[in-house]
Amino acid sequence: MTIYLEAVVVGLLSGSVYALMSSGLTLIFGVMDIINIAQGAFVVLGAYLSYALAQHFHLDLFLGLLFTMPAMFVLGVLIEWLFIRPLKRERTMFSLLVTYALALIIEGALILAFSSTNVKLNAWYVTASLPIGDFYLPYMYLFSFGLSVILLGGLYLLLYRTRFGTSVRASMQNRTAAELIGIDVERVSAITFGIGVALTAAGGMAFGTTMAFNPGSSYDLISRLLVIIVLGGMGSLRGALIGSLALLVVQDVTSVAWSPIWASTVFYILLVLLLLFRPQGIFGRLEGRRQ
Amino acid sequence: MNIATNVRWQEAAKIVKMVALLVLLIAALLFPLYSPDLATTSIAVFTLMFAAATTAWNIFSGYTGYIALGHAAFFGTGAYALGIMCQRWHIGPQLLGTSKGDLTVLFLHVSADYAPFVLVPLTGLIAALIAVPLGWIALRTRRHTFIVITIAIFFVFQLLAYNLRGLTHGSAGLELPLPSWTYPFYNFPFYYAMLAILLLALAVSWWVRHSKYGLGLLAIRDDEDRALGLGVNTGPSKLAAFVISAFFVGMLGAVWAYFLGSTFPQSAFDPLFDIAVALMGFMGGMGTLAGPIIGALLLEPTKQYFQFLPALLLPNGGKGGDAGGLYLVIYGGLFLVIMLLLPEGIVPTLGKWWSNRLARRADSAASRATATDQEPLVAVEPTGTGEEVNP
Repeated sequence: MTIYLEAVVVGLLSGSVYALMSSGLTLIFGVMDIINIAQGAFVVLGAYLSYALAQHFHLDLFLGLLFTMPAMFVLGVLIEWLFIRPLKRERTMFSLLVTYALALIIEGALILAFSSTNVKLNAWYVTASLPIGDFYLPYMYLFSFGLSVILLGGLYLLLYRTRFGTSVRASMQNRTAAELIGIDVERVSAITFGIGVALTAAGGMAFGTTMAFNPGSSYDLISRLLVIIVLGGMGSLRGALIGSLALLVVQDVTSVAWSPIWASTVFYILLVLLLLFRPQGIFGRLEGRRQ
Repeated sequence: MNIATNVRWQEAAKIVKMVALLVLLIAALLFPLYSPDLATTSIAVFTLMFAAATTAWNIFSGYTGYIALGHAAFFGTGAYALGIMCQRWHIGPQLLGTSKGDLTVLFLHVSADYAPFVLVPLTGLIAALIAVPLGWIALRTRRHTFIVITIAIFFVFQLLAYNLRGLTHGSAGLELPLPSWTYPFYNFPFYYAMLAILLLALAVSWWVRHSKYGLGLLAIRDDEDRALGLGVNTGPSKLAAFVISAFFVGMLGAVWAYFLGSTFPQSAFDPLFDIAVALMGFMGGMGTLAGPIIGALLLEPTKQYFQFLPALLLPNGGKGGDAGGLYLVIYGGLFLVIMLLLPEGIVPTLGKWWSNRLARRADSAASRATATDQEPLVAVEPTGTGEEVNP
């Protein structure tokens, strides 16, 4: 029984990290109506940035976020401005291809800079564990859970308690109408993209401490992130949160109860079953006619 | 200048088009004989494979507007189906060359080397059968969600290939029989197999494009709910297109596996395949007949070229992983630039240019005509490009 409890706890704690990455993805989708395939590559880039700071400047991983998150925010705004904004027609398909091209470039640049061997982020709280009853919980899980709570809380306040947040939510509901009532949707899009990418810097750091990664790790990540936001309902932040926790809990419980190699398969199958009954995801709205 | 000259002009254009297509076909048939060296024909095999895959993908995604990014699932299914059948039924030249496994089909005796090709249509059928439930589930969703579901299905298949060790041998991969052909003949059967699948896919694509069924698919692309309201049987139509495209992609996977001689989960179920096909379709022009082929002809040889280029550019001769990194940066960068410069695809851009030209010509002719004998203006349908370009 204890091992199941442990699996659930670890699943919830590490699920919060995925919530960081997937909330950025679903936010970008909601506001801009595009799928950012590069989100996985941004996570890996964030992890490598933390790695570089830790290697060269011996900076603490959490302190390093003070540098990597703003840097990734600027990168996100630049990318939106340079590559996403020029797409006027068939945005869905083109954004897929353009962000995929970006993912390839990021992956290639990371291979050139760091080679394709596996690395892992390290710090005292990654190796040390907190004994709770029968099992040991690495401090990192608690710390990254705290980080996720702080960042997601901040995101919540930004979206629901500020004027900017109101314009973001208005753009999510109806882009054209938001434009008509005087919201600068392009500016909102750029900042949203920046926020989504900045969140991956934090997510990437936390991800890099629990798993060894290389420049090619993004494929596995992006598939999980996409599945999470489909499960929750695309464009729904609550959905992204629930989806992340569900994915990690199901995975961890499956690997304890059955075998680690079937962990993700079980989740994918659950997703397909859910979609049979609820094609729009848990919190999603049914897609109406194309405008 | 009057209607009669225009019609005559159009007929001449049609004949020119037919002759050009015939010349292209003959060139494609003779190509391996003309340049038989292994490197060139290998690139040609891959190019034809992608041309066929993109044509098949276009039958579904191009006509219905649903973007599927998981067709590598069917590609891998075809590859593994052929590998497993050859292994279980001892078909094809055996690995050690001791015994030769022949195949008797319809009372015809097929020699061991060619036997796996006979199974290729069967692998297509297997992929199509698998596509039925998958398509049924995925097509319950639309637009973005559909795209993501196809990606998820693809990853399920990749995981299954890793995990069903009894069937697929996991990450160790599956070996296929090695044919006994020698240079320069070795690539020829694969080349013609790919060409045959491409021609078949093109014929089906042409039929769909010119049938009432295809018209229904295009109506779905333009406005699905209205199409449903107008009596298009949208659900079965979409599913049928999905299954047809899976059938061809499955066959291609099988030929590809026999060509390479082995199949691994990461190469048979390759996310790059999905993206390459979508990119070629988009570059060439979605929903057109020639577009997918033009996209594949341009992109695949370029990709192969760029895979070798970094080794020449890097100071250390591209040892280690660096060459792969530079290749990705160049390929991704090129891909990005093309996307931003040619956002409509090559065939639609050329088509628009051509119809503008024709319209201008007709305009000037008509204005000259009105100036002399007051003939009514004739609206000229731009048919010169062959493909109708939908806005």
